[in-house]
Amino acid sequence: MMRDITIGQYYPAPSVIHRLDPRVKLVGTVVFIIMIFCIGNLAGYVLATLCLAGLIRLSKVPIKFMLKGLKAIFFILIFTAVLNLFLTPGTAVFQWQFIRITQEGIVMALKMAIRLTYLILGSSIMTLTTTPNHLTDGMEKGLGPLKKIHVPVHEIAMIMSIALRFIPILMEETDKIMKAQQARCADFESGNIFQRAKSLVPVLVPLFISSFRRANDLAMAMEARCYHGGEGRTKMKPLKYYSRDYVAYIVILIYIIAIILLNIFFDPIQTMIFARLGL
Amino acid sequence: MNIVKAAHLIYDYITQDDETGEETVSRAIDDVDLDISAGDFIAILGHNGSGKSTLAKHMNALLLPTGGAVWIKNMDTRDESQVWDIRQTAGMVFQNPDNQIIGSIVEEDVGFGPENIGVPTDEIWQRVNESLEAVGMTEYRQHSPNKLSGGQKQRVAIAGVMAMRPECIVLDEPTAMLDPNGRKEVLKTVRKLNKESGVTVILITHYMDEVILADKVFVMDDGKIVMDGMPREIFSQVEMLKSLRLDVPQVTELAYELKKAGVPLPDGILTIDEFVQALENVKRPEISNAQKKEGDAHVDPS
Repeated sequence: MMRDITIGQYYPAPSVIHRLDPRVKLVGTVVFIIMIFCIGNLAGYVLATLCLAGLIRLSKVPIKFMLKGLKAIFFILIFTAVLNLFLTPGTAVFQWQFIRITQEGIVMALKMAIRLTYLILGSSIMTLTTTPNHLTDGMEKGLGPLKKIHVPVHEIAMIMSIALRFIPILMEETDKIMKAQQARCADFESGNIFQRAKSLVPVLVPLFISSFRRANDLAMAMEARCYHGGEGRTKMKPLKYYSRDYVAYIVILIYIIAIILLNIFFDPIQTMIFARLGL
Repeated sequence: MNIVKAAHLIYDYITQDDETGEETVSRAIDDVDLDISAGDFIAILGHNGSGKSTLAKHMNALLLPTGGAVWIKNMDTRDESQVWDIRQTAGMVFQNPDNQIIGSIVEEDVGFGPENIGVPTDEIWQRVNESLEAVGMTEYRQHSPNKLSGGQKQRVAIAGVMAMRPECIVLDEPTAMLDPNGRKEVLKTVRKLNKESGVTVILITHYMDEVILADKVFVMDDGKIVMDGMPREIFSQVEMLKSLRLDVPQVTELAYELKKAGVPLPDGILTIDEFVQALENVKRPEISNAQKKEGDAHVDPS
């Protein structure tokens, strides 16, 4: 059962988003996250929401999977919202002893909550539609230019893909070691959290030693198969841009421009409309 | 032509005592001469610690000799500029299948070697297809290696080596961690590669029954080659093998014991079929005679 564990959270589906080049998805995600923090007014948020909803529809991933990612940051979300709510100075709308809620606080708390939620949703779209291997490939190729300033891009990507390959193996091994120790009356289930953590030490020591042995073996096997770093290496599955990838880049560019334009022009329009309506 | 040649090969392991810092030198390989001609199926036998794995690593330039020299197709392993050519010529398969598979998908792993030596993309695919076909793993090409059995993983590892188009494959105890079925699978694959693709195979093992079909067997003990010859010649020396802490195949041992008890059987019987054949050739009365003798032997101690 441990063998079947999925790494990352890839959700296979036949969608355009799945077929996009991982580089496009990486760039898109980074742009989306940066733009979230650049949005200055309501219209920007509306646009971001529309885009996000559109992307989720296109990706054919059930919304349930998207929201799963939010569960993990639920407490952080509440925490930042509450902090912003109570600690932002400004005009008070509610006051009771030392507790003070300000108008600015409410706006700020809402903003932060929305930003964090969108950040997680945006990056889940990438991780749900891209296999970890594709992602490392994309990183290697996309960060290629950094090689000029001596960033070991190929090595980092190689480390990541090997780590991904060995996660299930090491999990199986952990399982085996734990069972072997349970057979000799080791107790992993009772006691408080500290006692339980302590009882894991005898599991970690052999696990640590065996992963070093594995690393040593693997290094030798790689050398035996002529591995000598990224230089002079060809690719079995080279990344290639298709027309859909160029389209995606253009969409990303349009998104950036739209957000910037909204930031500049929407506020005056908004005040104008509000003034007309007599608000 | 000699594909692998070793002359006066010596290799010392230096181990350092953690507390005293004292260095002790232990000799893993002691003055080994070796000549292996292309296309042969060679087996190297030896119990644990006999130096057979160390010898294997010399054939791939993973270890360099302390003394003497090793040549792979006339390339000296000490010559650093030729190390990648050597590793391409003599591929290596290791004991633990999990620790030598790099890719997360079978076909990607097979492509790892060709990628490293800079083969163009189209040719990588061609080589991957051919190698997977040769080891009979084509239908598993999209699978994750974690879901394969030990024998299948080891076949993938062999395909990974084959994709580099080596002239010689060194297998360092490839079956030690496998179940009997996996062992059979791997051996069948290796034999097929040797026969059909003409690849020189150097099989290192401590299972006697794996070496029966080899063209030539070397037996190692304590860093030295102590016996060499055809499997039949080796297995006819049962006493000698036992003194080297090696087991002979069951049927060979049975024949040997029967012969000791007086049944006129030939030396070095390797397979059950051969044994049956030999028994049929023995005349009936002599068998009963021998049985009597054995019977006596049983009675005597009581």
